[in-house]
Amino acid sequence: MTRLLHCLALVAAVATAGSLVFAQQSLPPDPPARARTGVDLIIGDRIGAQPRLAVPDCLALTGDPETADAASTIAQVLFDDLEFEREFRLLPRDTYRTIPRARSLTDLPLNAWQELGADGVVSCAVSREADDQLLVRASLFNVSSLESALGVEYAGSFRNVRLYAHELANEIHRQQRGLEGVARSHLAFVSDRDSESVLGLVPNRQTKEIYIADYDGANVRRVTVSRSLNVTPAWTPDSRAVGYTSYRYGHQDIVISHIYEGRLETPARGNERVHNWLPSFSPDGSQIAFNSNRDGNPELYVMNRDGTNLRRLTNHPAIDTSPTWSPLGHQIAFTSDRTGSPQIYVIGVDGAGLRRITFESYCDRPTWSPSPYNEIAYASLTGPGYDIKVVDLATNEVRQLTFGQGTNESPSYSANGRHLAFSSTRRSGNKQIYVIGRDGRGLRQVTYTGNNEMPTWSR
Amino acid sequence: MNWPSARRGDDPARAGLNLARYIQMKTHQRLHSGRLLLGVAVLGLFAWSCARNPPSVEPEAPAPPPGAAQVTPTDPLAPGVRPSSQPLPQPVPPPLPEEEFVSRPLEEINREAPLQPVFFGYDSSEINAVARAAIETNADVLSRNPTWVVAIEGHCDSRGTPEYNLALGERRAYAVRDHLVGLGVSPDRVQTISYGEEFPFVPGENEEAWAANRRAHFVVTGQ
Repeated sequence: MTRLLHCLALVAAVATAGSLVFAQQSLPPDPPARARTGVDLIIGDRIGAQPRLAVPDCLALTGDPETADAASTIAQVLFDDLEFEREFRLLPRDTYRTIPRARSLTDLPLNAWQELGADGVVSCAVSREADDQLLVRASLFNVSSLESALGVEYAGSFRNVRLYAHELANEIHRQQRGLEGVARSHLAFVSDRDSESVLGLVPNRQTKEIYIADYDGANVRRVTVSRSLNVTPAWTPDSRAVGYTSYRYGHQDIVISHIYEGRLETPARGNERVHNWLPSFSPDGSQIAFNSNRDGNPELYVMNRDGTNLRRLTNHPAIDTSPTWSPLGHQIAFTSDRTGSPQIYVIGVDGAGLRRITFESYCDRPTWSPSPYNEIAYASLTGPGYDIKVVDLATNEVRQLTFGQGTNESPSYSANGRHLAFSSTRRSGNKQIYVIGRDGRGLRQVTYTGNNEMPTWSR
Repeated sequence: MNWPSARRGDDPARAGLNLARYIQMKTHQRLHSGRLLLGVAVLGLFAWSCARNPPSVEPEAPAPPPGAAQVTPTDPLAPGVRPSSQPLPQPVPPPLPEEEFVSRPLEEINREAPLQPVFFGYDSSEINAVARAAIETNADVLSRNPTWVVAIEGHCDSRGTPEYNLALGERRAYAVRDHLVGLGVSPDRVQTISYGEEFPFVPGENEEAWAANRRAHFVVTGQ
């Protein structure tokens, strides 16, 4: 029990968290025990090795079941978020049983955690406050220096407790590793999970609708309710709207759903004769590249976000499709079968400088990485199905991320460029959404219900 | 003047149609010649009585012959005449019996698949000989049903990516439409749409399914 007390005099909380959503206040600052430098705050001292972190269950300081649920959910989600970016090595949670529970946020057996091999421990405490507010306080302890490297406090509703963990994970990545994590990002995708019959003259056709979920697959919410087909979603860069191809008006047209405002836009103004599909938003959100038949053949066009200033980008009797913007918005990569098989090309937004990127049997559905990477992921026909490959535009080197398990299609980068979401028929035969590191490691399945495909990852 | 009695012939039963219309046409002529007012009134009443007692109508009966179609129910008839002595009763208009056989539900027409699908090769929107024959057959059907409006749906097998197949289906629909228009079908009667690989006709991942799903599918959307 004495070791529980070791840290007490040494604790100082450094509240640096800047939450977008939560009311946040600093922990009462304890006086620092000794002069410290910024270096002291960074956990882990072995050069090149991942710091080892433990994330035990949070303390529930009030006795109600909701608070107890929040305590275990936040710890588990935080663990998963930290593991996802692979900046830390997470000590498996089932090895924590021998460690005595913390008595309070700052009273925890750091010696025991050190014996387990942890460089850092996340300590957190949750409680129900007045007005049914959930108060979440967390500290990241450096086990070797016995100091708190990070302290945060969030207060908010019980509605989505996972959000506290996501924000804490982002905070830890930002402070400890200088990394913009993606724990609060979302996936939008197409699903038949609530499939209904399409309204129309042909029976036995099932709807597909657009859904969004947290990046880890939790909190699935439906965006479209159109009793029709809705495919090829694309987030706007401000992550507040999803553009997609909808058949709700009887023909393909681009619809933008402002998901937090319940408002629709149809900037391409399609009709029975003019079809528009596959929107892709420029990195600054001001322009949309898309596919249209308006000149009699599937060609690529660019227009302003409001539909003005329409420009034709391609002019070739073959198929040109699947536009994706370069990180700075100066170029667009797309698929064309102008040589007889679909391949990836790049063209300037002004229509100049066309060049071919891929030279394989069949390459399609490019997606350009965000900065600082400069690479294009695509689906390449490698057998009966597709695999996800990435071409580095500086070196033209191609690397393969999936290897023939099912068909793997529709890659989409996370905002920090470190991960890709894609659809795959591996495991179940159904199309499901998976995420994988850009190095091909860390595969995770994020959907399980129905068929889910065409993921797009928000900023 | 616009009397209700003269409009009664707008909804005659089919069996009474020709006679009633004959009477109305005569009525019209006589009105214009300004003669025989009383006789017109009698004839108008007769026409009305024909319309009031429709014989049973076969819902599946063929459309009226072209001669009868010259006088359509929407023809502006004579302003009509007032029967000299008694005002005509105001009957509740019967449901329009003509609707029952001229206009069959589109769902029913499409269930019979009057237009043939046009099939394509892998990753192709070329019209081959078999496809050409199917399109020609469809052109014949469309010329025999000159009021039909059709949608040509482009469909693809599941081997391309779903994104690429949206464009490929569009090209297939366009190729069939262009061929059909080349055979004399008015482009105003033909719409296109691409569903890519989203609505397969035959499920499964095998040659037969793929071949069945690479098609332009015709749907009658108006008549």
